[in-house]
Amino acid sequence: MSKYTEDDLREELKTKEYEYGFYTDIESETFPNGLNEDIVRAISKKKNEPEWMTNWRLEAFKVWKEMTEPEWANVHYEKPDFQAISYYSAPNSKPKYDSLDEVDPELLATFEKLGISLDEQKKLAGVAMDVVVDSVSVATTFKKTLAEKGIIFMSISEAIQEYPELVKKYIGTVVPQKDNFYAALNSAVFSDGSFCYIPKGVRCPMELSTYFRINQAGTGQFERTLVIADEGSYVSYLEGCTAPSRDENQLHAAVVELIAMEDAEIKYSTVQNWFPGNAEGKGGVYNFVTKRGLCEKNAKISWTQVETGSAVTWKYPSCVLKGDNSIGEFYSIAVTNNYQQADTGTKMIHLGKNTKSTIISKGISAGKSQNSYRGLVQISSRAENARNFSQCDSLLMGNECGAHTFPYIEAKNKSAQIEHEATTSKIGEDQIFYCNQRGIDTEKAIALIVNGFSKEVLNKLPMEFAVEAQKLLEISLEGSVG
Amino acid sequence: MELKEKLISSFMAFENTVNVDSPIHDIRINAIKRFETQGFPTKKQEAWKYTSLNSVLKTDFSVFPKDIEALDYKTVKKYLIDEIDSYKIVFVDGQYASHLSETTHDDIDVCLMSSALTKAKYKPVIDNYFNKIATTDGLTSLNTAFSAEGAYIYIPRHKAIKKPIQIVHFSTGNEAALMLQPRNLIVVEENAYVQVIERHQSLTDNPTLTNSVTEIFADKRAIVDYYKIQNDKQSATLIDNTFINQKNDSNAKVHTFSFGGKLTRNNLNFYQNGEHIDSTMKGVTIIGDKQHVDHNTLVHHIEPNCESHQDYKGIFDENSTGVFNGKVVVEKEAQKTNAFQANNNILINDKATINTKPQLEIFADDVRCSHGCTIGQLDESALFYLRSRGIPEKEARGLLMYAFSNTVLDSVKIPELKNRITKIIANKLGVNIGFDL
Repeated sequence: MSKYTEDDLREELKTKEYEYGFYTDIESETFPNGLNEDIVRAISKKKNEPEWMTNWRLEAFKVWKEMTEPEWANVHYEKPDFQAISYYSAPNSKPKYDSLDEVDPELLATFEKLGISLDEQKKLAGVAMDVVVDSVSVATTFKKTLAEKGIIFMSISEAIQEYPELVKKYIGTVVPQKDNFYAALNSAVFSDGSFCYIPKGVRCPMELSTYFRINQAGTGQFERTLVIADEGSYVSYLEGCTAPSRDENQLHAAVVELIAMEDAEIKYSTVQNWFPGNAEGKGGVYNFVTKRGLCEKNAKISWTQVETGSAVTWKYPSCVLKGDNSIGEFYSIAVTNNYQQADTGTKMIHLGKNTKSTIISKGISAGKSQNSYRGLVQISSRAENARNFSQCDSLLMGNECGAHTFPYIEAKNKSAQIEHEATTSKIGEDQIFYCNQRGIDTEKAIALIVNGFSKEVLNKLPMEFAVEAQKLLEISLEGSVG
Repeated sequence: MELKEKLISSFMAFENTVNVDSPIHDIRINAIKRFETQGFPTKKQEAWKYTSLNSVLKTDFSVFPKDIEALDYKTVKKYLIDEIDSYKIVFVDGQYASHLSETTHDDIDVCLMSSALTKAKYKPVIDNYFNKIATTDGLTSLNTAFSAEGAYIYIPRHKAIKKPIQIVHFSTGNEAALMLQPRNLIVVEENAYVQVIERHQSLTDNPTLTNSVTEIFADKRAIVDYYKIQNDKQSATLIDNTFINQKNDSNAKVHTFSFGGKLTRNNLNFYQNGEHIDSTMKGVTIIGDKQHVDHNTLVHHIEPNCESHQDYKGIFDENSTGVFNGKVVVEKEAQKTNAFQANNNILINDKATINTKPQLEIFADDVRCSHGCTIGQLDESALFYLRSRGIPEKEARGLLMYAFSNTVLDSVKIPELKNRITKIIANKLGVNIGFDL
């Protein structure tokens, strides 16, 4: 049997290059670097937006100018120069396509390389995809099926044109412009994103999905997603991303807003695999994301995330449990390797009666990476019978990495029941020995153990996505996940 | 004048009372400078996110108390554990009360900080240990700047004390409002053993602010057993800063019983500078009516093969606030660390608040670290069981709450102290039962 030890694995992880680091040469139209009111106006004009939207952006920009970058997260990085970034970049080929055949073949090849061929997705999974390449939506599938049900699924810039009253009513209601530094920046300059509306009582027949990629050198991506599930509806939304290898740091500041009305349910899954930087910690994407969902009465929002990429991650998908009996869930696997840093977790704000929340967070750190869980569970004084269960487990590989847990628990109601548990451990020698003894070699044993460790979360991913998630986990921890 | 300015200007007056040529005085001067730049902590600081000193700092505290009137033993007897034979270091309004105390220089030193800081024979110990592990934050620096009086305990190697040491601070209310800054140093050498009981007590309802700093050094195989009883009047504010430095195979335990006081902040820091160290910190907090108790703990695992255990229980009634902020840091050299942290809370009133933040910061891979925290209520079925057997509801609740906090009381090694705390708990829960059923 080959002598594959944890040291070998560590060595392999160290030298493992980012497989998906390639660069598609698509002519892009890019704005000059820098950010000022004119740029904000220009973005808005470019997208042919109504005046209220332009003003909304300008308002956000005004707030952003006054704000400073948050320092409290347990991450250290060189602050991006916000004046050295281009805030708009769109592929230059025809803006709209009627069918997939018209899509730039080079672009299709890119997706194929990533293993997310549109055709395959279309046939196998029944996934309707709103593919986003550098901010502009270039292909939308299954629109017809969705339209029959009355489901609106399109890019947010289209939605601003076609359903301005819906966008105007809901945008910024969950994540206000002035919520935080990056949310304000995003509100001012967001280039595109997805918009989704599920009408009353409709159960969305397929998983909705968007793929994000950063493709143009020096462009930051500022996506804005708005998902509205009307009374009694159900939708499962997938978001996944990979980015090409690049030396300079790229900034990604997205905002996702979810609104689950009475009895509605939203399941939001993310696989994030932006370029994490190379083995020396050079390059990599800065991922500063604000994600929040609002639950009305009896509604449910479930966040699932697999975070394997990005040099720096700053991300806290949250649930505001406003309505009585509403439910919030958060399932997360965060894998960091080399010099990656992740500060991620969730906020569960219990406002309504009988609200429940579950937090399962699994952190795996290897190399010289730092992995932090930061979460808040807040029970307001009116939230009778609120219930929370949190579990944060960390797995360390090597003694140069770190795992940190920062749970904040604030309870103001006597009927609250809160449990929080956290553990940190490494893969036990006894566990590996047990597997070896039964004829499983060390590599497979590690794979088995890591798989078992993250199973609770992987199980929560939609079937169609689980394969992709596995694939992406492999990139970060090859040799340890089978 | 704000308290900060008042303290800084009174430092000059303070200098007249101490020997400015001693090396300690440089430490004092640096400390007051640090306090000048840092000031009192505010809610903007992460460590003080849930505790505000603003309302306390509005009071016009006097920094130098007038001469004390002699307290007779009868008035203070009930605040001492008098059932046992013990050494006593008693302070009244910050000044040593010899007639209430019982100190010793027989083999061990149980005496005063004021003599340790001034007499030549203590100089080597002071040079080695004084202000070596106290942090440099505003409050601790303030104490360092004004450090003059407190308890000095030195247990040389291979000595085990035969009776516990009680450190008691009384405030008489002679002043309308009084600020006290006791400074304690406890050095326990190789194979030595010490038991300490500390208490702060106001005798009237005049406001007091105590900013206490205790440095404890546990050398190889030393055993330190420290108990803090906090059951002060509603007008008292206590900021307790305790720093414990441990060496190989030493064992240190700190039990904190917080039942009284308006605002209590316990900063408890353990530094494990050696292998096979065992650190334990436990606490019971039972508070109500506008009280605020904040436990801020740190265990710094620096070397391999060490253990730490934390167990904090809290019962919060009326509009009280409880804060627990526990931090465990495991350095990358500290392999095979076993760290455990638990914080369990019961809220018995909707106006009560509990904020808890158990943190882990781990840089070593071969460790076993876990923490758990819960917030919940008394088990209704257990309550029903007791009531169905004829125990009235109030007593049944009392029994359940006592049982809840019993894991902490279990490890109290002095039976008389345990009895006393049990009585305080019964009193606090408003029941008249002995719990020793």
